Amino acid sequence: MSKKTLYKIGVHGTLILILAAVAFPLYFTFVMGTLNHQEAYAFPPKLIPGNQLFANVAEAWQRVNLGRLMVNSAVVALAVTVGKIILSILAAFAFTHFHFRGRILLFPLCMVTQMLPLPVRIIPAYSLMASFGWLNTYYALIIPYLASTTGLLLFRQFFLTVPDELPDAARVDGAGPLRYLWHVLIPLSRTNIAALFVIEFVYMWNEYLWPLIVTTDPKMRVAQIGLKMLITTERTTAEWNIIMAGTLVIMLPPLVILILLRRQFAQGIAMQSTK
Amino acid sequence: MEARFPGYRLLPYILILPSIAVIIVFLVVPFAMAVQQSFYRTSPFGTTTLFVGFDNYSQLFSAPEYVQSLLTTLVFAALVIGGGLALSLAIAILVTRKIRGVGFYQVAFIWTYALSPAVAGIIWALLFDPSVGLGTYLIQQLTGYRINMRVSGTPALLIAAAAAVWNMLGYNICFYIAGLQNVPKEFEEAARVDGASPWRTFWRITFPMLSPTTAFLLFTNTIYAFFQVFGLIDILTQGGPGGATEILVYKLYRDGFIRLRVNYAAAQSVLLFLMVAAMALFQLRVTTRRAEYSR
Repeated sequence: MSKKTLYKIGVHGTLILILAAVAFPLYFTFVMGTLNHQEAYAFPPKLIPGNQLFANVAEAWQRVNLGRLMVNSAVVALAVTVGKIILSILAAFAFTHFHFRGRILLFPLCMVTQMLPLPVRIIPAYSLMASFGWLNTYYALIIPYLASTTGLLLFRQFFLTVPDELPDAARVDGAGPLRYLWHVLIPLSRTNIAALFVIEFVYMWNEYLWPLIVTTDPKMRVAQIGLKMLITTERTTAEWNIIMAGTLVIMLPPLVILILLRRQFAQGIAMQSTK
Repeated sequence: MEARFPGYRLLPYILILPSIAVIIVFLVVPFAMAVQQSFYRTSPFGTTTLFVGFDNYSQLFSAPEYVQSLLTTLVFAALVIGGGLALSLAIAILVTRKIRGVGFYQVAFIWTYALSPAVAGIIWALLFDPSVGLGTYLIQQLTGYRINMRVSGTPALLIAAAAAVWNMLGYNICFYIAGLQNVPKEFEEAARVDGASPWRTFWRITFPMLSPTTAFLLFTNTIYAFFQVFGLIDILTQGGPGGATEILVYKLYRDGFIRLRVNYAAAQSVLLFLMVAAMALFQLRVTTRRAEYSR
């Protein structure tokens, strides 16, 4: 065997070992979700799946009212994702296609989002929700999230690469800026929109701290808080098979979206890392 | 740059208004209020408010729990960021070798990105459950020591850090793959022709060329290790045992929302902001320096 072949086998072998180690916690999660109570308490733990997955999912589903939590998460994640895409397209369009007073100051203001993560403003932000009467509503879970630095940068960078001939041609044809945005620029931005969709949907589905404090009504809780509810039921010992079955359900939507849109996601990452 | 649509005076403001409104109302104003609150003290029933200057801050630094929490955060962040970036870079380098199946490996590694910190927390809570966890079992077989992260602090912190590194692998690998693909091949080729070893080529050429990616990831991973990781800690350890995993964001949550010491918590918020700002400035410096010599 040539030295090159050996090298390639070595690289593949190493990668497959690492991959197995990284994937193992997920596999163990799945196995646990399929076991019955007795099997779940075996020590050493069982590594072969059982046949209780659907029974466990049904039990977890009923225990924390998972249906409602999943609907809440879906509503919130979709609303925030779509809202962020729209707002950041509009802002990026303004910053790349117009001259206006104050743009030098307003652009850094939009970048400030990154510098003010939730914990640095959490207590007044919570009081604000209380004074608006927004606690336990979708408003509190959606509206504060709508500004997106990632989105603004992604679209701004893309809009800057669009040749000047396109807006010029639109102007000559008598199309105003909004027509141009809607009929030319947005159709060209499909990949960026898809990339931002994955990034923001995954982000929002997975938010934890803010939903934890602005909702207390079980009807308004989101799926992530369902995880906390699953592990803190009044039972004395953790019923891992039920907990992990619930976890599998809760982790599924962002996983499916990432896998379906992985190409667009990778392109979005590549754009972000060359800014 | 020329305006592509000259003559519109009002329209651009209308276009940015929604974003600006959200930023001011929900980000800038609450932060300014936190700064203000940090200089005041409100009586327990909220009847009187008193200006106390830097008193909340000096109280923080004289509280052993706060200093301990700060140290815990730094150790935790160093483990998560250092360990995570080194591991991700190593994997990204292997994946971008000239081998078959690069596409497959890229997909096979990104999925941890889709799991929330809370999901990572629950998975690692299962792995290291003192009575049924597979991690507990394996470590007992290998070392004879049965770890119980509900009683001993150091294992709890290490397990939380391992869970966080695992959670961030997908994200970090993605960015490093993109960064490595942007490194021009000619430089590496030239070094090889000159007889430099792969090790030397990596440290002298590839790694410096990656510095914008590394700086960006340092910033995002710091945000993760300081803040996003809240859900992981809340599910896995609740800051315990005995405060061993009580990082700053968890302490802030407890002081602000459980113990209701609003002004004391506000001072913690402001200090966290200063740390984020320092990291952001550092990232900016590294990125602009690179931009200068690549011009």
